[in-house]
Amino acid sequence: MEMFIQMLVAGILIGGIYALIGLGMTLIMGVMRIINLAHGQLMMVAMYITYVLYFYLGIDPYFALLVAMPALFLLGVAIQKYFLNPLLKIDSIIPQNQILMTVGVGIVLTETIRFIFRSDYKSVKTSYSSATFMIGNISWNVPMFVAFGLAVALTAGLFIFLLKTDAGKSVRATAQNKDAAMIMGINADWITQLTYGLGAAMAAAGGTLLLPIYYLFPDVGSQFTLKAFIITVLGGMGSTVGAIVGGIVLGIAETLGATYISMDLKDAFGMVIFVVVLVFMPGGLKELTKV
Amino acid sequence: MAKYSKFAAVGLLLAFPLLVSSDYYRHIMILALMWVVIGSSWNLLAGYTGQISFGHAIFFGVGAYSAGLCTTKLGISAWWGMLIGGPMAMLFGFVLGAICFRLRGTYFNLATLALAEILRLVAKSWVSLTEGMMGILTIQTFRSKVPYYYLAFGIAALCVFAIWAIIRSKWGYYFVAIREDQDAAEHLGISAFRYKSISLLVSSFFTGVAGAFYMNYMGFIDPDVVFSLYYISIMAILVAIIGGAGMIWGPPVGAFIMVLLQELFRSAFFGYLPKWISEAHAMAFGILVIVVIRFMANGVVGDWVKLSGLFTRQKAPIPSVTSGN
Amino acid sequence: MHFFEVRRLTKAFGGLIAVNDLTFQVEEGEIYGLIGPNGSGKTTVFNLITGFYPITSGAVLFRGKQLNGIPTWKVCKEGVGRTFQIVKPLRRMTVLENVMTSAFCRTSNTHVARDKALEVLHFCEMDKKIDFPAKGLTIGDRKRMEIARALATAPKLLLLDETMAGLTPQEQYEGVELIKKIRKSGITIIIVEHIMHVIMNLCDRILCINYGQEIVKGSPSEVANNQAVIEAYLGKE
Repeated sequence: MEMFIQMLVAGILIGGIYALIGLGMTLIMGVMRIINLAHGQLMMVAMYITYVLYFYLGIDPYFALLVAMPALFLLGVAIQKYFLNPLLKIDSIIPQNQILMTVGVGIVLTETIRFIFRSDYKSVKTSYSSATFMIGNISWNVPMFVAFGLAVALTAGLFIFLLKTDAGKSVRATAQNKDAAMIMGINADWITQLTYGLGAAMAAAGGTLLLPIYYLFPDVGSQFTLKAFIITVLGGMGSTVGAIVGGIVLGIAETLGATYISMDLKDAFGMVIFVVVLVFMPGGLKELTKV
Repeated sequence: MAKYSKFAAVGLLLAFPLLVSSDYYRHIMILALMWVVIGSSWNLLAGYTGQISFGHAIFFGVGAYSAGLCTTKLGISAWWGMLIGGPMAMLFGFVLGAICFRLRGTYFNLATLALAEILRLVAKSWVSLTEGMMGILTIQTFRSKVPYYYLAFGIAALCVFAIWAIIRSKWGYYFVAIREDQDAAEHLGISAFRYKSISLLVSSFFTGVAGAFYMNYMGFIDPDVVFSLYYISIMAILVAIIGGAGMIWGPPVGAFIMVLLQELFRSAFFGYLPKWISEAHAMAFGILVIVVIRFMANGVVGDWVKLSGLFTRQKAPIPSVTSGN
Repeated sequence: MHFFEVRRLTKAFGGLIAVNDLTFQVEEGEIYGLIGPNGSGKTTVFNLITGFYPITSGAVLFRGKQLNGIPTWKVCKEGVGRTFQIVKPLRRMTVLENVMTSAFCRTSNTHVARDKALEVLHFCEMDKKIDFPAKGLTIGDRKRMEIARALATAPKLLLLDETMAGLTPQEQYEGVELIKKIRKSGITIIIVEHIMHVIMNLCDRILCINYGQEIVKGSPSEVANNQAVIEAYLGKE
């Protein structure tokens, strides 16, 4: 039982970070109606930025957030502006060419990083990387706990932005009905750029927070892309609250699965849950099956 | 004119092993022919039927493992896999369809991707059946590349011909109707589920055969390769869209372009360019994807049609209406 | 037994009742008009008949057979063809290919389907446009192609959803002639239309609905002079 609670705690803590990554994806899905298959790769770029700041300048990963998030925001805006938006004007046989474009962007990001940093595994070992404290019999990993707290704070910030600011309201309006939003004078081009930028920044935050407890290599992106879309679908496309729930569910499922069933199949659990949701819970996703 | 160039291309392919004795070039051509099969199969489902699969590695992997398991588990020749691989892949296609065809658009893409990943992870960890990460190693039957070449050619020709015939039949019209507007198609008496499934079954069959061929030809498979999202599923997409999705000759052209490019980079342009180029081949892929999607949405073959008016289905040139895209 | 019958048809989208307890009968060979203000539920009725939306309660009977509960494509096979208010051309196919696709409803042979499609396109006077890609057609031609496409499925009952909207007066006149010709060929028609002179000119009987409910049923002149109908369209004085 103690073991179970311990695992549950670990799952929830990692789930908080997953939720950040999922939130970014869900924003992009909600507004653009596409899956962003470069999402984990954006996260990976942010991790390398944090790594560089730590390794060469000695900046603490948590302070690196202040650099990595704006940098990824700009990168996201540029990707949307120069690579994704132009595709809307093209009549292609393959309707999902925006998704394929994100695949291309993802490959280029991964390979650029591989080119610069090679394929070696890297990690950021801070003084507190393996520090723990105990509450009762449950041990809490310090960086995970801090990461979870920051994740919650960032999520709250995003919600305030979406609910209280004009730009945030425009994002929500565009997600609900793009045509109507455009008629109301919302600049859809800018909103999509803003959204992709925000999505990338959220992924960046997730990556940066993970770095002290994770390891880093160029291909780390693709597995997080998969995780991000599992989270998004678990929560329902475009649902921000859903993404948080999805992130935590995935975190718990992975930790419990790895402990009680098989370490090798840890990543498969997320997938299985994902498919089960798709097949057996059409209620939650019903509106989405008839796009 | 177009007709003659096609005959010339087929003739050249048939004569290739006689003209070129280098095993290296023959190997490249064999891989390209295999990708003709996979790309064309993907194209049937995605380019014609509009169901963009991100999980064709499922069928390739199942085909490859069917052949491999024939040797390791049944103790019979891996060549039996050429017969079993296709139907096994169809079986998985059937299940995939039952799960995924209730979903549309992005959700279909996601579901196919997820199922492929599940299968990859299962293949990696079910050691008692698949040998896990070790993969399966068999002994190749022929030392010469020539038999493999003609076998690959035969499969490719059969696959392209079968798809060509399907597209000209009722099925083809139904597939395209579903791609263009599924709701309208339902109102025209088309069961979208049934015809999407048919398209998927044909597509999975040929991809499975290609997988079984791969096992026999390479003599080695690895779950991370045959079930790979990037090396198989996305490569299949690239082959089709770079050649031209929704066109018979698109994926075959795309297969040769992609495989040749891959080899050019891998070999650093046959050694003429500095060695570091070989490390950039994945990067070149990514850039190619971006450029093609951005500037040649209909692929080499498709945008060629725009330029020259060759290969068009319409006999008379159509004024103004087609230029509107 | 009526040729076609809708019994107490009701459809709720969540809390919104789009179609409420609607009952009407259509006899063979008739042109039956379905009118009502914008958003009154006309297109929803068509979507319920073709099984595109599942119905909440009630029944749809066609030649004695229940249509509700069977999938859309089977409704088509039973002999109910339709056009769409917002046209749904198969954009990257030519006009001929569009119509051939629907002709495959009754045959698997490409040559038979092609002949049938050519015959229907000739009937609809679209011979000159068979090789045009559907996405390049004018709105008038798109609507006409939709009629041709519905006819190629060899329907016994044809549902026409605002086929005249957006057409020029000349095209409207030709459209009316085409619909008369279709009726003459023995096909029963239910037509949703806003353009009053078209409805008055064509229909044998008319059902006017508002908020998914019947206002009045009757001959064109009865409906046109009905106070409730005038109020529904123009509002109360």
